Amino acid sequence: MAETVVAPPLRVIPIIPELKPDAMKDVRSFVANEKIQTAIGFPGQLVDDWHDRAIGKMGELLEKYRSLKVYMDACVHCGACSDKCHYFIGTQDPKNMPVARQDLMRSVYRRYFTVAGKLFPKLVGARDLTRDVLDEWYTYFNQCSECRRCSVFCPYGIDTAEVTMAAREILDTVGYGQKYTNEIIGKVHSIGNNLGLPGPALIDTLQGLEEDVKEDTGVDVRFPIDVQGAEVLLITPSADFFAEPHIDSLIGYAKVFHAAGISWTLSSKASEAGNFGLFIGNYDQLRKIALRIREAALELGVKRIIVGECGHAWRVAYSFWNTLTGIGAGAEDPFALQLQRQLDGRYRQPTHICEFTWDLIERDALRFDKSANDQYVVTFHDSCNVARGSRMGDLMGGQFEIPRNIIRAVANHFVEMPENTIREKTFCCGGGGGLLTDDLIDLRVKGALPRMEALQEVAQTHGVNFMATICAICKAQFSKVLPYYNFDRRVVGGVHQLVSNAILLGPKQ
Amino acid sequence: MAGTLMALLFYLAVLVFAGGLLYRIAGYARTPAPLKIPTTPAPTTRSGVVLRMAREVLLFESLFKANLWIWGFGILFHFGLALVLARHLRYFTEPVWGWVDLVQPFGIYAGFAMALGLAGLWARRLFVQRIRYISTPSDHLMLVLLLAIALSGLSMKFIDHPDVVAVKRFFEGWLQLSFQPFPDSALLVLHLSCVALLLLIFPFSKLLHAPGVFFSPTRNQVDNPREHRHLSSWAAARYEGEGPRG
Ligand code: SF4
Ligand code: SF4
Repeated sequence: MAETVVAPPLRVIPIIPELKPDAMKDVRSFVANEKIQTAIGFPGQLVDDWHDRAIGKMGELLEKYRSLKVYMDACVHCGACSDKCHYFIGTQDPKNMPVARQDLMRSVYRRYFTVAGKLFPKLVGARDLTRDVLDEWYTYFNQCSECRRCSVFCPYGIDTAEVTMAAREILDTVGYGQKYTNEIIGKVHSIGNNLGLPGPALIDTLQGLEEDVKEDTGVDVRFPIDVQGAEVLLITPSADFFAEPHIDSLIGYAKVFHAAGISWTLSSKASEAGNFGLFIGNYDQLRKIALRIREAALELGVKRIIVGECGHAWRVAYSFWNTLTGIGAGAEDPFALQLQRQLDGRYRQPTHICEFTWDLIERDALRFDKSANDQYVVTFHDSCNVARGSRMGDLMGGQFEIPRNIIRAVANHFVEMPENTIREKTFCCGGGGGLLTDDLIDLRVKGALPRMEALQEVAQTHGVNFMATICAICKAQFSKVLPYYNFDRRVVGGVHQLVSNAILLGPKQ
Repeated sequence: MAGTLMALLFYLAVLVFAGGLLYRIAGYARTPAPLKIPTTPAPTTRSGVVLRMAREVLLFESLFKANLWIWGFGILFHFGLALVLARHLRYFTEPVWGWVDLVQPFGIYAGFAMALGLAGLWARRLFVQRIRYISTPSDHLMLVLLLAIALSGLSMKFIDHPDVVAVKRFFEGWLQLSFQPFPDSALLVLHLSCVALLLLIFPFSKLLHAPGVFFSPTRNQVDNPREHRHLSSWAAARYEGEGPRG
């Protein structure tokens, strides 16, 4: 399959592409089988009364989520969002326009939940939930990476990600789940991380890393795991343990902890920062996966929780952990207080690894040899969940400044990509939101188009040869799709990879 | 007779409008937002959110970032409408409020701005491929209805003046539940019937974007999830009694 996929040509002038109806109608992510579905409590296959159950679930979600309720009503079909989705730009399929994607559900909402749609379906674009419609939902709600770029531009803040999550929740409820995401959720429960890496293998890997770093630097940098009473619990995506280029950032974190002299530990129980419960919009799963981290923190008695380079994990950690698990501050209930009393209130809980490193840099606690990164002209790709779903530091927009500040502190050459492709307007890598699977490679390659165009521009004008990012999915996705656009796959890497290259570990002279 | 009918129609329309809108707003207000989902960068304080919302509602900030054409026509239409509405207050107040007198001279330009904005939006709906694709018949008809209101209103100013004193007498009577004769003007009947229709469909249509924007969690939430524990009523109830370790 991968052989037949070709990247769309880069646009010379970024004009809004023409519509190609149904261009992506046959690109369907693999459906979850019975075993995958039942392992996480969903029906094994499409249930007989799927129609009634789907409508029932939709009604329930409309009562539970103000976002969905308001967004179903408020859209005026102005079209401001219509050219903002990377999947639309890359595929030209009109159903990948954010508003059209929402309309897949809105049309059904109107038919079953509004007076106008019950009386005059044709007039207001309402339609029955037929099997075709359900299939269409499956196809196109699995072509949205829940990146929220559309929500930045909508005059009412309508967030298609919320609609996609609701749709996937409904699909799961009737037994029509997606293989990739649901299988991974199963793994996180049964093994502890998304990659299915068992504890002993993890311990081996970490030992190997200690040896590698010793060989490289001559310094005993530790990669501790399950250390009772450590100051810091590091929660990082499992890809950091052995995928390239992720592992170089893990080495970077370890060096920073070493240089700062702060005791830290990983946890074999919570060896995964990622939380794919977010992608399927299922509150129970989101919470259950997040609770592993709470449990690990309580068991190990740590004072701080720090999160590694992972985009959606940071959104979940920053925005939802306090709600779901009590990791945060300001609670009054015993459940949350139990943990909040243990955590050190002088620090932000949770802390992003970039916040941690930048704090140390600001306090002059780290030393660097910036020339170690002189072979690179660096740019920074804002990952969507960090950019549009979280923050760092105390100021609005800290999630943009802090990683850039770190890069400037450790490398001499940094340039920005075009303004409409960075910060809150950043384009998704094309593989987020549960789409990082080989069965969607066609979509992933096409969805990367806007980012590749931006990268191409700075590669040409400034010789950019390193695109730093702080997301495990971005790293994996770009490593895979960069070659389709004639870039070397090693052009992408982590911010802490650059930190790792430049940090000086010996005693202060 | 025409007067009585029109008066009754307006009582009905206002009732449906107000009742329907209150019902919808109560629905939005009652539904919890279980998770913190502001589209960041978002304000970290309540007052910051008020400012963000003000910029959104008064300046259409996000739309400005998205598309200058839609923004421009949208601003023309909405600001035109606001001024025109203000101008119409003179039919319901005696004595006419000072500031209404003040905006009076601009009202006429506002009427044109409104019509121009609507025409622009409709042209985009008809001729821009992406927007035509997402348009339903009701989207077109809504613009037709609004244009009919604007154009019939303007025609009464420039082509066929109805007796405005009689109009005012009619509405002052209407406010006090007394039926007054309705001025004899086909344009006025058209104008007011369209307005009544607009009021009637307001709570059942996409016009709900007006109250909706204030309830949009991506725009109205404060970005402070680490500092404050945000818990919805249903989530709190659902997991109550589960041990402290979940
Ligand atoms: S959330 Fe992202 S992927 Fe989904 S429709 Fe919006 S822009 Fe496209
Ligand atoms: S920008 Fe918002 S209101 Fe306009 S079409 Fe898109 S979702 Fe609808």
